[in-house]
Amino acid sequence: MHEVSIMAEAVRMAVESAQAAGAGRITGLRLRVGALSGAVPDAMRFAWDVVSRDTIAAGARLEIEPVPAAGWCATCRAEFACADFFNECPRCHNVSGELRRGRELDIASVEMN
Amino acid sequence: MCKECGCGLGGDDVKIGGHSRHHGHSHGHSHGHEHHHGHSHAPIKLDLNRSLMEKNDRLAERNRGFFKAKKLLVLNVVSSPGSGKTTFIRETAAQLAGKLRVGVIVGDLATDNDAARLREAGIPVVQITTGAVCHLDADMVSKAAAQLDLDKVDVLVIENVGNLVCPADYDLGEDLRVVLLSTTEGEDKPLKYPPMFHSAQVAVITKTDIAAAAGFDREQALGNLRRVSHHAEIFELSSKTGQGMQAWLDFLVKQRGEG
Repeated sequence: MHEVSIMAEAVRMAVESAQAAGAGRITGLRLRVGALSGAVPDAMRFAWDVVSRDTIAAGARLEIEPVPAAGWCATCRAEFACADFFNECPRCHNVSGELRRGRELDIASVEMN
Repeated sequence: MCKECGCGLGGDDVKIGGHSRHHGHSHGHSHGHEHHHGHSHAPIKLDLNRSLMEKNDRLAERNRGFFKAKKLLVLNVVSSPGSGKTTFIRETAAQLAGKLRVGVIVGDLATDNDAARLREAGIPVVQITTGAVCHLDADMVSKAAAQLDLDKVDVLVIENVGNLVCPADYDLGEDLRVVLLSTTEGEDKPLKYPPMFHSAQVAVITKTDIAAAAGFDREQALGNLRRVSHHAEIFELSSKTGQGMQAWLDFLVKQRGEG
């Protein structure tokens, strides 16, 4: 549900930067969404059409780049893939509190003309 | 030179009183300003790499600074609907009376029933009715807080919308995020909603008085909490009977003292 608020913010930021660059229309938007961000890409796509309507971003192509979660094991000095917040290193089985990637909720780039 | 940072870039275009220091064209020259468009307006790609949460995060930090200046301990209480947030807050406020003064901001999709229940108990309360919005954000909290006399409050409790998903992403400027898990819910809630449980500094198991009737597996619930919220302080209590409340109240008094 909060995907609507998030996408409304994406439109606001995209429109603001397009206007600052003197562009009249937004043709594409690229987001980066981490696996543990709490936002669901399908719901974001669904919300996009609604929140971009009647803006200069209407009809723009939306790309969502998924970011898999990665933890950091200080013992092995290596990253490992993690499915949730329980970050046990698969090599040494130590639990790591350091999540390196997976919480992203970013606007990566905007295309405009 | 650039007047902002001295980087050596830029001209001498400082405006004083709205007037550019550049002189107008006093010399007549005759070139036209039209030029030929040989290009086709190719799309421009602009890399932003900014967080979609930055506006909320900035407002949350502003709240945090304001609350700190007011010497408030601020709690963001989150849970599923029906986990006992309102009763927990009401009893916390009642039992802190004489030690710490509690003020409450309540978020709900509709109705001010929760606020009314707290108001009846004599607690200063502001209701935020979010309509269709499933979470509170930092801006709503800042506007609601302005309606409370914060000089007469020591602990500001924000009762979030009953929802374990969306509020997880929204920092409100709180000191502590407190997640409730009632004994009538599944022991695996922390595993089902890891972002919320992981983000909390405090986890409270509520309704312990009916744990046996609800068939609550305490060890399993604690195990799941420790797995996902491994850094969280855990309390087990019943707001109704008062069992286990003292440890929670002592914790708040200590937190307020340290803040």
